[in-house]
Amino acid sequence: MSWYNKRLAKSIWVFHVSASPCNNCDIEILDLLTPKYDVERFGIKLVGSVRHADAILLSGIINDKVSPKVARIYQQAPKPVYVIGFGTCPATGCCFKQTHNKDYEQGHPIPIDLYIPGCPPKPEAMIAGVAKLMEVLNA
Amino acid sequence: MIAEYLFFILIFPGLLFTAVLGLIVGWVDRKVSARFQFRVGPPFFQNFNDFFKLLGKETIIVKDSIHYMFITAPLIAFGMLVIVSVMVGTALFYNQGFGGDIIVIMYLLMVYSVMVIFGGASSGNVYSSIGAGREIKLLLGDELVFILITLVPIIQSGYQLQLTEILQFQFMNGAVIASLSGFIAFVLGLIAIQAKMTLPPFHIPEAETELVEGPLMEYSGGLLAFWKLNHFMMYVVFPLLLILLFLGGFHLQGLGILWAVLKYLLIVVLIIIIKNTNPRVRIDSALNFFWKYATPLAFVAVILAVLGV
Repeated sequence: MSWYNKRLAKSIWVFHVSASPCNNCDIEILDLLTPKYDVERFGIKLVGSVRHADAILLSGIINDKVSPKVARIYQQAPKPVYVIGFGTCPATGCCFKQTHNKDYEQGHPIPIDLYIPGCPPKPEAMIAGVAKLMEVLNA
Repeated sequence: MIAEYLFFILIFPGLLFTAVLGLIVGWVDRKVSARFQFRVGPPFFQNFNDFFKLLGKETIIVKDSIHYMFITAPLIAFGMLVIVSVMVGTALFYNQGFGGDIIVIMYLLMVYSVMVIFGGASSGNVYSSIGAGREIKLLLGDELVFILITLVPIIQSGYQLQLTEILQFQFMNGAVIASLSGFIAFVLGLIAIQAKMTLPPFHIPEAETELVEGPLMEYSGGLLAFWKLNHFMMYVVFPLLLILLFLGGFHLQGLGILWAVLKYLLIVVLIIIIKNTNPRVRIDSALNFFWKYATPLAFVAVILAVLGV
């Protein structure tokens, strides 16, 4: 399996799910894909269909309305798939912690493997986060 | 005899050669595209990593799909490309026929497009179906141009359909591209190939922004790996076919090897430049272009070839 994990670490295709975000992180993700940061160096590619994805970038608080859809998207992804909680919202709730449409004590509908906190995290922080995922896969 | 044929099919001009060279040329494509956008681009083994990663992932068979069609479409398409590369490769590298002429090649390349349509239409997804429909429309546009431009070398070589005979004619009388009709046909061939490979500006069926890869949308794991491999193998099959028809084939001795590599890279780089400098056209403007401008020009090339210009 380690040989396969090394291949997987070198080509992580990312699918972006925006689950009720404030759009701040989504704009920052677009920054990540600009030529300046060039994530294709690491084999990271943004794909349009979740069937092609190895990692799901999840931004937003995942409120009660979208959580069934997020769970369904997770079921549609071919395994192994890693979920990256993007921004402070999936991690702690940020300023939406006491919102009426999400109960943080119940937790998220899908397991989140990796959090990249920040409101929004800088593109460098995102690359560092995905590099941590690669480290785990390469170990 | 059988061992030789198996070697042709499985190793040298066939499966292994086309797949490995295709993945390498796919890297050239991605790297040059990255340099066009002032990026660094992926590392050398990126496409190999992608391919093996996809092979190892879970392959989801969609519940609403027509299963046998959904599964066999990428594999049949892969087989078609291998057979075409064997036919073109044996003529180019060994100067011997493999029991198929240019009409068989045109049929097999059309079967590839039909397999894309089957794969997209059988997957039970609306976007895939729209992508398959667009592939049909694109096929209606580019197929006639492609057939007409292959007529030019056939006519110039005295109505020879065998690949080796066309090559023999070009060894004796110079490459087809040196004549006016040959040049027009070569340029139109490059554009028709762009449409056949569904590269920009004709990536209408796989439009990433609105159809999310179109026919390939529901594919995952091993089957998607084969679609990606097919896509890269076309970077080998189509340029070799153009070299055979228009650029006079290869002389694999001494400096000839350098010329062979240069001819191949010339076509690949032209394809990449066209790909990177053009936005996607709408389906109606693509058909408009092929039916109003490209097809009459291809007819002109055929008439010029008959007149011997």
